[in-house]
Order: sequence, then structure tokens, then C-alpha cells
Amino acid sequence: MIQPMDKMSKVRAVPATKKLHSQKKTTRVKKIISYVLLTLVGLVLITPLLWMIFTSVKPMAEIVRFPPTFFPETINFDNYLKAIQSFPFWQYAKNTLFITVLVVLGNVLSNSFIAYGFAKLSFPGKKFLFALVLSTMMIPGFVTMIPQYVLFSKIGWVGTYLPLIVPAFFGNAFNIFLMRQFYLSINDELIEAAEMDGANHLYIWSHLMIPLTKPALITIAINSFNSAWNDFLGPLLYIQDQSKYTLQIGLQVFQNQSTTQWNYLMAGATLVLLPTVLLFFFAQRYFIEGMDLTGGSKG
Amino acid sequence: MKASKLTMRKKKEMLWGYFFIAPFLLGFIVFMLGPMLFSLIGSFTDYNLTSKMNFVGLANFKRMFFQDQLFWKSLYNTAYFVLFNVPLTTAFSIFLAVILNQKLRGISFFRTIFFLPAVLSGVAVYILWMQLLSPSAGLINTVLSWFQIKGPAWLFDPAWTKPALILMKIWGSGGAMLLYLATLQNISPALYESAEIDGAGTWQRFKNITLPLITPIIFYDVITSTIGSFQIFQEAYVMTKNGTGGPSNSLLFYNLHMWNKAFVAFDMGYAMAMSMILFFIVMILTFINLKLAPRWVYYAGGEQK
Repeated sequence: MIQPMDKMSKVRAVPATKKLHSQKKTTRVKKIISYVLLTLVGLVLITPLLWMIFTSVKPMAEIVRFPPTFFPETINFDNYLKAIQSFPFWQYAKNTLFITVLVVLGNVLSNSFIAYGFAKLSFPGKKFLFALVLSTMMIPGFVTMIPQYVLFSKIGWVGTYLPLIVPAFFGNAFNIFLMRQFYLSINDELIEAAEMDGANHLYIWSHLMIPLTKPALITIAINSFNSAWNDFLGPLLYIQDQSKYTLQIGLQVFQNQSTTQWNYLMAGATLVLLPTVLLFFFAQRYFIEGMDLTGGSKG
Repeated sequence: MKASKLTMRKKKEMLWGYFFIAPFLLGFIVFMLGPMLFSLIGSFTDYNLTSKMNFVGLANFKRMFFQDQLFWKSLYNTAYFVLFNVPLTTAFSIFLAVILNQKLRGISFFRTIFFLPAVLSGVAVYILWMQLLSPSAGLINTVLSWFQIKGPAWLFDPAWTKPALILMKIWGSGGAMLLYLATLQNISPALYESAEIDGAGTWQRFKNITLPLITPIIFYDVITSTIGSFQIFQEAYVMTKNGTGGPSNSLLFYNLHMWNKAFVAFDMGYAMAMSMILFFIVMILTFINLKLAPRWVYYAGGEQK
């Protein structure tokens, strides 16, 4: 009885392994094609950045040669020194950092605060007000820019950092939305229990919610660091005094002065991009979370 | 007793609620609503930041439509940019997401590389691209020369300035890629397997399974990037020497023209009138997208928003 069964299974087994074998072969070919494609696309996307770094250490002679070299033949770190000396780099870095830190603080605090109201408290008009929050995402920045400038100039803020910093303390639609989503995943019973113990909402927000929402707060912090550090439009509009320039403005002025001195310019660009790149490699997860909804919205 | 306590509690919660959203409301009134009303009124005046603010009726709009050649030029440039930039960046980010959506060792490394350009922004990136696009010393024309192709003058040739900018934008389209990737990873592999058994090729599987399932994301992406592309400014400002508009004004985009009117000529009444038209155009684009969406967006069992 046993033997025929065994035979049967063997008979079946042979073509099965054969099929498996050929399947394995095709998946292997597929895998190789996939890797080749991924590598090619990856190379195309990373080459501009490698080129920037290579160019930043080349002497000018290598750059103007035709065709230019790809890998630098001589490595010249002096270019970085020259770039830093060409404009008040450290002063501008300090200015940029000052603005950035306050913008990050403002964004983290205000959006966490506002979103707590929308996620955990009920009050008349909440639905309408939240729709209002979302609708502000549709309003082009340039529509409010001119009158905002008029407002800031009338109260004497033009030429100071205040127009760049203060608005961050009033929240923005995307971050409110992101925080609210995070709050919704937190159990309401926790808040009710704290209320039973006599805690008010300000205490609950600052002592219970802030520690619990840390991942979302880090996401907001990193994304607002990135956008404040790389903000060009704000400082361009509001900062006039050269000593108050940010790195973005400094770099642009430097570019205007030395249009084709590519090695210095690439050295300057590398230095300005460095904080973002480092942050990205150490905290990619948070970049991804912050990107989930904004998608292509960055114009 | 109990009921009144409950309403007391509700009242208290209501007050707390307004307390917490107060910063948003205040910011909305001061930085959004107020300015927009000011712009609306200002667009009918000859305001110039000093004391002058005379009501001039529709003069600004008349000038815009019938006299200002640069207004139409900037609108054309912007429309050109949007029309090519949106489909190309969308297609490229879908392509990136599709080739990343595989279970392979080291795939997260490729994801990092694909995503990195999207994270970088600002003047440094524009300067990098000015170098890459440089006609003689740039990387792109150097690579083209390896294939015996003489590359165009890119940012110096009016016919190639906008394609040059679009190229830069395609490079940075990894943000939307993540959106698509997240959606692709939710598609059941069984769907592809059964299609493969039925003999469907790679392209057919993409066309008949992947594409319909990601239409809601495409829809979202197209709306946001249309609105975003319409507002292109910084790239053109930096890459054309302080916003001069490039060769034969080929990079004079709508917002750049508005900027020059407002902050170079201080013709603010006119610039505010332009901003009202911008607001209108963005609203219309959003509305058209919303209207057209049901025709081609596939909502799986109505579970999507």
C-alpha cells in the first residue's frame, strides 16, 4: 500500500522541482536585470552630487580643460578655504543657525499645541475650523506675500529677523495635520484619567502629550530645520543689512560675483548642503514621514 | 446635578479648545485673511508702499491684459513649465517607485540614493545645476560629448532654459516617489501572480493593475505639483542673475514678474492685482482637477477618501 503512494509522490515531485528550477532561473535573471536598472538610475541620480564634490577640490585648470576631467587629478582642499574667505561664511552661518533654531522651536511648540486642540478637545465650529486649516494649504504664498511685506514694513520689522521667525509660532497647515494624525492614535482614556487626577489641559499637553508625541515632534523639527536652513525667499525679502545675511543669500551674492569660479562655488555649495545631507543620513526615517503628504508640493 | 456637572465640563472643554487653537486663528487672521483682503482692495489702487493709495478702478487689470507684454510672456512661460514639468516629474517618480518596489537585498540603499536629491534644496542646488548645465565646463554637455553630441547652451539659449529647469526638477522628484512606493507596497502580490499565470507581461501588469490602483495618489500628486509648479520663483531668480528673466525673458515666470513689479518697481497695486489673478488661476486649476477626478481616479471599494 505504501509503495505506490510513494511512487506517486515521486512522480509528481520530479516535474515540480524542474519547474521550480526554471522558475529560480527566471527570477535570477529578473533579479540581475533589476539590479542593473537600479544601479544605472542610482548612478544618474547621485552623479551630480559626486560631480559637485569632485569639482570642489579641482584646480581651475582641470575644470576649463575640454573635455573636463571627471575624477580630480589633483586634490585641492584650499578651494574650501578660499570659498569661506570669499564671503563672511561663519557670520552668515551663525545668523542662519540663529533663525533656524527659533523657527524650529516655534514650529514644534505651536503645531503640537494647536493640533492638541483639534485632536483631543471638542468645541463648536471645530469641523469648520479644521477645514479652514486645510484650505490654507491651497493659498499660494505669493498671494499673501506683498500685503505681509506691507504689514511688516509698517510695524518696522523689515530689516530684522522677526518676519522670518514670528510666523513660525502660529502653526502651519501641514504640520497641524501631521500632529493631529499622531494625536488621534493616542488613547483618550489617558487624558480622562489625568483629568480625574485634577490635571488641566495645559498640564496634560506639556507633561503627558509632548513626551508621547516625540516621533512626530522630531519629524516637524527636522523638516522645519531643513526648510529654514534653506530658505531663500524670506531673507531675500526682509534682510537688507549685509552683516545680517544668511548663508543662502551669501551664497547667491558669492555666485553673482564669481560666476564661473566653479571650484570655489562648488566648495561653498557643498558646505551649505552638508548639514542637510548629514541630517538625512542620520534621520532618514523622519524625512520620509514628513514627506508622506507633501509629495511634490514643493514648487 | 449630574447633567449640570456634565455641561460644566463641556463648557470648560470648549474654552480649552479655543485656547489651544487660538494661535492658529490669530495667525490666520493676521498673516492670511487680513493680507488677502488688503490685496483684494489694493489691486484696485495705485498703492506703492508710501502714502499713495488712490482708487483706480480696473486700471491695473486693463494694463495687465492689454499693455503689459511681459505679463503674457510670463504666463506663457509658466504654462509651458507646468505643462511639461508636472507630467514628466510624475512619470519619473512613478518609474522610480516601480523599480524600487521589489523584495531585493540592499533595496533600502537604492531608496536612499533615489530620495536624496529631493531632500536638497535652496541656492546651493541651483548653483550646482548652473555648473552641470554650463555649456563648456558642465557635466551634462561633457557626457553628451562622449557620444559625439554637441549639447545645447542650456541656460544661455532661450529655447533650452525651461527644459534645463525641468531637468533639474526631474532629478529632485524623489519626494513623490515615496508616496507612490507606499501605495505600491500595499498592493497584494497575489494580483500580480494571477496576472502572470494568465500570461500578462510586465507592461500589461503595470497598465492593468498598478496604474489603476495608484490613480488616487497620481491625482493628489498632480494637483499639488500643478499648484507648486505654477509658483516657480526661486530657481528662476537665482539662475537668471537676480531675477532678470534670463535670455529673451525665457525664464520670466509669473511670480518672478510679480516680484519685480512689487519689490523692484514698487508698483504694488499692480503686483497685488497680479496676485489676485494668481489666486484665481490656482483656484480654477484645483476646481478643474476636482471635477475631472471621478472620471479617471479609481477608488478601490470606495475605501479611499
